[in-house]
Amino acid sequence: MTMTPLHSRERRAALSDPLETYRRMNEIRIFEDQIAGLFAEGLVHGTTHTCQGQEALDVALATTLRVDDVVTCTYRGHGIALALGMTPDSVLGEIMGRVSGCIGGVGGSMHLSDLDVGLLPTFAIVGAGVPVAAGAALAFQTRGEDRVAVSVCGDGATNIGAFHEGLNLAAIWKLPVVFVVDNNVYGEYSRIDTTTPITDLSARAASYAMPGESVDGMDLDAVSEALGRHVARARAGEGPSLLEVRTYRFAGHSRADQAAYRPAGELDAWKSRDPLTLRRSALIDAGTATADQLDEIEQSVRDAIADVVERTSATPEPDASAMFRNVWTPAAASPPGQP
Amino acid sequence: MTRMRVRQAIVAALADEMRADETVMLMGEDIAAAGGPFKTSEGLLDEFGPLRVRDTPISEMGFTGAAVGAACMGMRPVVEIMFMEFLGVALDMVVTEAAKFHYLSGGRVSVPMVVRASVGSGGGFGMQHSQTLENWVAATPGLVVATPSDAQAAYGLTRAAIQHDGPVVMLEPRALYAERGDVVRGADGILPLGKARVMRPGSNVTIVALGQTVRVALAAAEELDAEVIDLATLYPWDQTTVLGSVRKTGRLVVVEEAPQSGGWGHEIVSTVTSQLFSALHAAPFRITCPDAPVPYSPSLESRHLPTTEYVRRQVTDYLRTGQVPAPWWLEEGLTA
Repeated sequence: MTMTPLHSRERRAALSDPLETYRRMNEIRIFEDQIAGLFAEGLVHGTTHTCQGQEALDVALATTLRVDDVVTCTYRGHGIALALGMTPDSVLGEIMGRVSGCIGGVGGSMHLSDLDVGLLPTFAIVGAGVPVAAGAALAFQTRGEDRVAVSVCGDGATNIGAFHEGLNLAAIWKLPVVFVVDNNVYGEYSRIDTTTPITDLSARAASYAMPGESVDGMDLDAVSEALGRHVARARAGEGPSLLEVRTYRFAGHSRADQAAYRPAGELDAWKSRDPLTLRRSALIDAGTATADQLDEIEQSVRDAIADVVERTSATPEPDASAMFRNVWTPAAASPPGQP
Repeated sequence: MTRMRVRQAIVAALADEMRADETVMLMGEDIAAAGGPFKTSEGLLDEFGPLRVRDTPISEMGFTGAAVGAACMGMRPVVEIMFMEFLGVALDMVVTEAAKFHYLSGGRVSVPMVVRASVGSGGGFGMQHSQTLENWVAATPGLVVATPSDAQAAYGLTRAAIQHDGPVVMLEPRALYAERGDVVRGADGILPLGKARVMRPGSNVTIVALGQTVRVALAAAEELDAEVIDLATLYPWDQTTVLGSVRKTGRLVVVEEAPQSGGWGHEIVSTVTSQLFSALHAAPFRITCPDAPVPYSPSLESRHLPTTEYVRRQVTDYLRTGQVPAPWWLEEGLTA
């Protein structure tokens, strides 16, 4: 079965169906697994950062936020991009540097965006999205809008200045922003406990007099419930909060990293609580779907992603004119004085 | 036409833009209740209120980043960096985020923000509060960099910067804040970005200056038949005006407030030499600060920046001999 490519807002709206959330989690997993294969085949160059194991947070963001809310996130952003609604074609096109990419191939894996579903350009600088999200919330507050900004950063970002400055500003101005820390245990190649003196990263919230909470990031319902509370609080004008979502990075930091530094058994222990498996059991236990139905969803996603890979591989790379588009914002598009 | 100080011209520009466009807002350290450490936002809190005129913590990365986010979401924030050195802790937000977002979003996100930073020597602030540091920002595609040299430019460039739909860095020579000048307010007083100003016509030599070297160049040119150009916008710079002038004069001198190595004047000299080589009567050259930090002692600080007397002597020698004169420190046998 071939999935008809949908517009990102339609893909976002489709998530109101619980089976679609399962489909989307599988889409992210299979998409990310495919990226590794495409690198091996030499079809993708440079670097990439995949998010297998972190799909519950990705989808919870998409189901919790309104389409006019905004998200800033990290370079490990394929999952959030797909979850919020970006099409696999536009994401893979960008990762492969093709004209079908969301910005025509000039950005690559770390630079995804789609304003139709509230995704600001993803950040390749650790922590940079934190104050920027506070600033988006500042715009909403100044204009009296009930929109919310969500910053998603990694555990490693909780040690950088931008994180602390962003939280502090949001706290003193009571901005409608939720700071989500996706704690996947590793900051690049280093385990969080070798770089950070505290275990509960949500404890950072106390310094900024905002609520802090840590939640099981492998369970979609748990993440959605917690995130929903924090977003509702921000939307009601009660100020920012910090939510640590405990996930695990199944892959290495980037494509070159085999993650040999992980303690023996750690990956297996986390995989026993794979967010996709937990979601599958929950849907079957609740009688929402049968195993056969879910098998069928998984297979249809596999087929659809295979089609996306085929289509994208046949799509051309951009011509030289793409390099020169959008360098200057329109008023200076043809800077005066340049012959 | 109103007589006002440069800092008052900046206040006037901010106020006129804030009256015309309610998305314009200000952030910075001590800019609201205190009216700004250099009084460049005096009275604006009273008129526009605390939502649009915000005192920030000492947190340049935080509030400059917040300006990027607010600008992406339709505001026009103006942030004040008290001394340009403090931009060092926030440079990511300007060079790597704000300047890239339009490109990074396929043209869908614009970042209409202005970063105002005071620069330069002359105030006895010492070497960590006296640099100009233009080349931190002046070679970043997507980022406009402008510098006022008098009250009219302060008014006109500030308004143009706020109206510009992309990010602009305004480097304001601190030593000029108290200088008085005549200012045309309103739409007629707005100076377009990317356009140099011919401050004084002349036929023998073109002197290109920026910021506080403009007044130095103008004073030095009084007894010379020199055309003085205020570059005004450093990036992208007005090649048409500069090339047109040198085509006429056949000689170029750039007067910079920057160390000799790596300064922006190299860009001007290189372009002019490449484009107009056969039209030149003499080799273009730069009059700069030495490759040394800005020293504190008044007798040293005053020599670090090219003085009027020094510029006059250098240009006079250049016109007389057709040769590029050595800088004062080499004449005196001084090197680092």
